[in-house]
Amino acid sequence: MRKGVLRRLSVFVLMVFVLGIVVGCGGGDQKTGDGDKINVGLNVELSGGVASYGTNCRDGAMLAIEEINAAGGVLGKQLNPIVRDCKSLADEAMSVSAALVDEGIVAQIGPLTSSNVQGSTPVLMDNGIPLIAPAATAPNVTVDEKTGETLKYIFRVCFIDPFQGTLMAEFAADNLGAKTAAIYKDASTDYGKGLAEYFKKTFEAKGGTIVAEEGFVKDDRDFKAALTRIRSKNPDFIYVPGYYQEVAPLIKQARELGITAPMGGGDGWDSPDMVSVATAPNLNNTYFTNHYSSQDTDPKIVAFVEAYKAKYNKEPDAFAALGYDAVQLLVQAIKDANSTDPVKIAEALANIKDFEGITGKMTIDEQHNPVKAGVIIEFKDGKQVMNTRIQP
Amino acid sequence: MQETKHKLIRFCGEVLVLVALFTVIQYLITAGMLDMYYQINLTSMCINIILAVSLNLINGFTGQLSLGHAGFMAVGAYSSVIMTQFLGQPFAIGILAACAAAAVAGFIIGVPTLRLKGDYLAIATLAFGEIIRVVLMNIDYVNGPAGIVGIDKLTTWPLLYWSMIITILVVVNLINSSYGRAIVSVREDEVAAELMGINTTRYKVIAFVIGAMFAGLAGALYAHFFYIIKPETFNFLKSFDILVMVVLGGLGSTTGAIIAAIFITVLTAALQSFPAIRMILYALILIIVMIYRPQGLMGNKEFGRETLNRIWGGRR
Repeated sequence: MRKGVLRRLSVFVLMVFVLGIVVGCGGGDQKTGDGDKINVGLNVELSGGVASYGTNCRDGAMLAIEEINAAGGVLGKQLNPIVRDCKSLADEAMSVSAALVDEGIVAQIGPLTSSNVQGSTPVLMDNGIPLIAPAATAPNVTVDEKTGETLKYIFRVCFIDPFQGTLMAEFAADNLGAKTAAIYKDASTDYGKGLAEYFKKTFEAKGGTIVAEEGFVKDDRDFKAALTRIRSKNPDFIYVPGYYQEVAPLIKQARELGITAPMGGGDGWDSPDMVSVATAPNLNNTYFTNHYSSQDTDPKIVAFVEAYKAKYNKEPDAFAALGYDAVQLLVQAIKDANSTDPVKIAEALANIKDFEGITGKMTIDEQHNPVKAGVIIEFKDGKQVMNTRIQP
Repeated sequence: MQETKHKLIRFCGEVLVLVALFTVIQYLITAGMLDMYYQINLTSMCINIILAVSLNLINGFTGQLSLGHAGFMAVGAYSSVIMTQFLGQPFAIGILAACAAAAVAGFIIGVPTLRLKGDYLAIATLAFGEIIRVVLMNIDYVNGPAGIVGIDKLTTWPLLYWSMIITILVVVNLINSSYGRAIVSVREDEVAAELMGINTTRYKVIAFVIGAMFAGLAGALYAHFFYIIKPETFNFLKSFDILVMVVLGGLGSTTGAIIAAIFITVLTAALQSFPAIRMILYALILIIVMIYRPQGLMGNKEFGRETLNRIWGGRR
């Protein structure tokens, strides 16, 4: 019988031990905001499909936080970044956001892609904490599609997808003097479809005509049939909204078919692979819209690029710049609100006017989208050269 | 008489434990002691348990290597969301539709592919999962690759808990029935089973359809908690995640699948505080477990009454 008692006792001790661990875990993260610190959550993709976006954005945001803290912080308090990885998954983004809320953050920066932002949206809406999305470009991120109402706590610092179409149409009509244009879009993504739609609208409003509309889908490799049809229409400009995987071979094949018309696209073109696949001579006379250019000669941008290069030894891409701007925008809002109360910060964010960011001067509109400039980047002998900045 | 009485007491005791566990957590939620973070992880845990237990029925008990579980989950998620969000039906109809649609999908894919064995079946089911994803991407009605956003949060704790319990009960009772013995015999030796007069294809299809149905249930619960679904959520990596739970728990052990699902969910949550090395640690822990327990945490044994009795020293 003694053996039985001993066994029961050991099981009991084990159970108490396990219970202790569970309770201990629960009690651990009851952190109330320290008096002299402002907790800022960075919920970004550090692993998974779009890890490079998240990593660069984090680097940009951390640079901004360091600069602000070195200059004495905000309202006399230091910013305390809490970085978490959402694994490029929407459900994980939600869980991470909930954990960050427990840590007592005043605002969350990130995630990068639209669907991951939408994953963490309900948590921040329920808790009344503002989210600043650096690069979520889908229109329905800040607006509830069913009711048409703006989501009170969701903001972004990037322009929305359709705006790139508008921008390129203005550039093609005004700067390149195009009268006719052909559209060859990525029909398998909302990105391609949205850009094409707004390009068409604006180009036609400017008095131009769309002479041909063709589509390709993801992973297509042969574009010659559609390109031949476009060639027969002889357009002044060809708009190719899509991602570089398809666009690079497309441009190569277009030039091989003898199409010399200028071509344009969106930020999906922004990749080193463009030059290696399409080759430098073929890329001459092509343009794309982007959030910013690291070659901009604006002193603010030059200072940012130098500081970023000194710290990380790499060129800052658009995600790094947008991450930097997201933090700066938050700081501006905290100053405007003169408070670290999340609700007041959200109100201040909604009223931001003429904020000077790296990616342009922005004013937050009633749908929480920034009204801001975009840049046109041109490929010149395989190099990305900033062509012009267009203010809407 | 004595034996029946004991069985009755034992049954009541088990029901009591299940209800008590439910009530305690329900109380903690109502009292506001479990905040959102814990609720989200609790939800993931329940959904993972449903997925792991149902995949274990196919992979562990029937011995058919299926890699398309996320595909069935997608079918369930989308059909329930279409019911509740687009057609304005109550969630109950959505769940039923999810189960039915996933079961039908399981039947359609099961009948032709279950003639295949081993890696061939694995590839066929993997391909099926990808087909589902690509088809969903190209249907404009469900917003293509962007997915459906703003799904009402209808998944509640009681619903989750009892769905999980029903899944476990159905799978455990199925395995302990004559159907279950036939299913296990298919795994052990298909030729011998056939010689004994067992219609192996029939039992494989039964297990496959039931497994798919519960994956559909998990999909419906997932969609109505996590606010957004898109085809990319249900890619083959999701199938592998579920497979990892099943293998980690031990092929052919329901309790093993449950323990592994809980373990993986807790591990994922616990590693959130180490963003940079998170996936390295995760992989490392899995490797260590597989080195020391190659048969999985539970092997093919169950943790049940008998084990408890052995530890506690009560009567068998």
